[in-house]
Amino acid sequence: MGGIPHDHYEPKSNAEKWLESRLPVIGLIYGTLMIPTPKNLNWMWIWGIVLAFTLVLQIATGVVLVMHYTPHVEMAFSSVEHCMRDVNSCHMIRYFHMNGASLFFVAVYAHMFRGLYYGSYKAPREVTWIIGMLIFLLMMATGFLGYVLPWGQMSFHGTAVITGLFGAIPFIGESLQTWLLGASAVGQPALNRFFSLHYLLPFVIAALVIVHIWAFHTTGNNNPTGVEVRRGSKEEAEKDTLPFWPYFVIKDLFALSVILTVFVAIVGFMPNFLGHPDNYIEANALVTPAHIVPEWYFLPFYAILRAFDNTVWVVIFAEWISFGIIDAKFFGVLAMFGAIAVMALVPWLDTSSTRSGRYRPMFKWWFAILCVDFIVLMWAGAMPAEGIYPIIALIGATYWFAYFLVILPLLGVIEKPMTPPATIEDDFNAHYGQTAASDNSAASPAE
Amino acid sequence: MFRKLTLTAAVTLGLASGSAYAAGSEAHVEDFDFSFEGPFGSYDTNQLQRGLQIYTEVCSSCHGLKFVAFRTLHDEGGPHLPEDQMRAYAEYYEVFDEALFDGEGDFRTATPADHFPESNDPNAPDLSLMAKARAGFHGPYGTGINQLTRGMGGPEYIASLLNGYHEAPSCAPEDFDGYYNTTFAAGGYPDECKGDHGEHLYPGSWIAMAPPLYDDQLEFNDGHAADVEHMAQDVAAFLMWTAEPKMMARKQAGLTGVIFLTVLSVLLYLTNKRLWAPHKAAAKRKD
Amino acid sequence: MSTAEDDHTTRRDFIYYATAGAGAVITGASVWPLVNQMNPSADVLALASIRQDVSAVEPGMQLTVLWQGKPVFIRHRTGSEIAEAQAQDAEAAEFIDGFARNENLEATADASDANRVMPSPEGEADGAWIVQMGVCTHLGCVPLGDGAGDFGGWFCPCHGSHYDLAGRIRKGPAPENLPVPPARWVDATTIELG
Repeated sequence: MGGIPHDHYEPKSNAEKWLESRLPVIGLIYGTLMIPTPKNLNWMWIWGIVLAFTLVLQIATGVVLVMHYTPHVEMAFSSVEHCMRDVNSCHMIRYFHMNGASLFFVAVYAHMFRGLYYGSYKAPREVTWIIGMLIFLLMMATGFLGYVLPWGQMSFHGTAVITGLFGAIPFIGESLQTWLLGASAVGQPALNRFFSLHYLLPFVIAALVIVHIWAFHTTGNNNPTGVEVRRGSKEEAEKDTLPFWPYFVIKDLFALSVILTVFVAIVGFMPNFLGHPDNYIEANALVTPAHIVPEWYFLPFYAILRAFDNTVWVVIFAEWISFGIIDAKFFGVLAMFGAIAVMALVPWLDTSSTRSGRYRPMFKWWFAILCVDFIVLMWAGAMPAEGIYPIIALIGATYWFAYFLVILPLLGVIEKPMTPPATIEDDFNAHYGQTAASDNSAASPAE
Repeated sequence: MFRKLTLTAAVTLGLASGSAYAAGSEAHVEDFDFSFEGPFGSYDTNQLQRGLQIYTEVCSSCHGLKFVAFRTLHDEGGPHLPEDQMRAYAEYYEVFDEALFDGEGDFRTATPADHFPESNDPNAPDLSLMAKARAGFHGPYGTGINQLTRGMGGPEYIASLLNGYHEAPSCAPEDFDGYYNTTFAAGGYPDECKGDHGEHLYPGSWIAMAPPLYDDQLEFNDGHAADVEHMAQDVAAFLMWTAEPKMMARKQAGLTGVIFLTVLSVLLYLTNKRLWAPHKAAAKRKD
Repeated sequence: MSTAEDDHTTRRDFIYYATAGAGAVITGASVWPLVNQMNPSADVLALASIRQDVSAVEPGMQLTVLWQGKPVFIRHRTGSEIAEAQAQDAEAAEFIDGFARNENLEATADASDANRVMPSPEGEADGAWIVQMGVCTHLGCVPLGDGAGDFGGWFCPCHGSHYDLAGRIRKGPAPENLPVPPARWVDATTIELG
């Protein structure tokens, strides 16, 4: 697999030959595990393994939780409580699943921002990036669907709000929302189908993950320099790379182990810290919580959704030019999905010929502001939509779009990048040659 | 287990006139020092038993605990009542059994396998999960730092609320519905007590529940003080247990996990270092 | 190969094995809860044992209680019923099932009346109380009580199985005596099942 020249699996025993001629599964596993990997990968290249682990964790704990869950409006909440109180270990399993969603998004955001900084989305890795964005969308859908299932106050009223986003689409919105809910309001039909989809989508994600891995195994990994592995001959390639197993597996497992230590501490000592307390109140259609706040991982996009109200001139202009079809509500929805769409289009928006941000002096700063912007949006999304917060959210949202639609295309033209090292081998040798005195990290530290 | 200092502070603050709150009109939640806070904290069995007594003699007349089974009162890491006391306690209640009377259902004496009844008063919320459902003051500025560093949570809210009944500020009309409480934020608020921009001049609001606790309302077997401040904390601790009965098991699992994973991390670090050593050494030679 | 290199190899191997071992232990420990959650939960276990107040059950009366989803017959036998049941011991040769089927006794205990009944509380004649599952051993119908059938005990209307006063199958298609569940006296008037 892949364009980098490397050893292929040769069946030795008769049994191996027998199997390989019928189902080349050992060869597939060998090719996947032994893939030549740039040896200068830093600590930001660990998130893939963390994500793969978390997907397995969520599916394993989820399948178990389903054994104790009843998707019925009268029983969903109490079936969860039954699980928490009476079923062996279920309180831990559920807390792992709940916080596992957060771990998933921590890892996916780190993974995405790593890609944005080191230009991992650039040719020839656009397909890997697009599939990654699809996985991200499905993760958000799955996270939302799962949040509905305990049937607490936030589940219930959050569902009303999120399906209301689709209701904002002109002409078809209302019937689309009714179709999603199976009724004019959130109730039993919605709970039942959301349960079904929450069980289904993770397997779709797993399938896309395989395609994602397939895609980047075809192009080879990006690396902190953005310089491609030399492919002239196997000997040349081997100077730039080391096999994934054991070098990167062990390195990634070490990072995973450290991350899990923190994760287990959160699950054990403060499992409800990241959740909203209102979801421990059984759903009640007659009482709406004071503030409907989504889970933290939706907050940046939620802030963008709320940022564009009808006092913003862009919104007023859009409404005027579209003869009122695009009202403030629909504009907000467009902005939210647009914020994700511009990220998906980044391979074509970034015009710079230099791949890695490490060698782009101006880009570095704009990217740093983008990271801060993301955090600020997250915080603004958590605050009530009044006072100064909508203004902060609007500034944050504006920068988000400006970064992808204006700054990135322009930077490629006006910026004068530095020269990256000629080869990955040079980068690796330079790093460990210079820091020989403190030779205690496995690879170069993150930028 | 408790810090009287904090309590005194709470009371002093609470009794202080509105000027103390002039700057902010947010509801006031006091930080109590509960025995179950922190990674090593555990429930105080005696306190949970006192809390159970207060719930039984005071709260249960209106509020239910429908997710809590009587048998769990015997659980270790909880109130840990002796089995015969737990059985006797369950028999004190009557439950509706649908299987009785040829399927029409009838009341019978509760058994340990039954749950506490639901709330009697439709306006009184069920208390089973109250301590988790009221953990929502993620201050300051929505960062959640108070919850993280000081263990502020639902029990603090409940204890503060029960301690939070005070004389209504003089601006309020005599016949305003409810009881003035400095912790309760979701109740009615008279227009007379609002400032020029509609902001609340006094913390809290008016709650429908009459002050449920008063000094020396009941007597504890362990001879513990039965003043409002202490009783409020006892019942808050008990409600934390009803909301999170497996907290002790959870913390133990968490601690075990952290220790094992730390060991594994160290081992993986060493393995990784050894694995890469020859390649880094080669890099050093070439440079 | 020098000794120093040997040492080095051993130490490296040790760390590799220790890491693999620790990883395996942690994986195993995390998988166990996922398996254990399928065992009966606390609420199910709580119903595995129930207590029944029998103070109101006079001699000659029978109480049917539901235990683990199945009916259990608790019969307070009169003096004449006890005498008749004990007299039926003499017909042991005709018993369809020669075993007591009493979970409180050895599996090999014979089907004498003494092996079928509960030990009596103080002040009552031996054999005054008999507790058995109210489920016919043929196809699971609930037998009729109060002296029904040819042998004065229970009679299953579904396929005509006759049980005597000690719940032993005497006639009909049922293969075994009515099973006696685990039962004990908690106090003089309370029976605990399970």
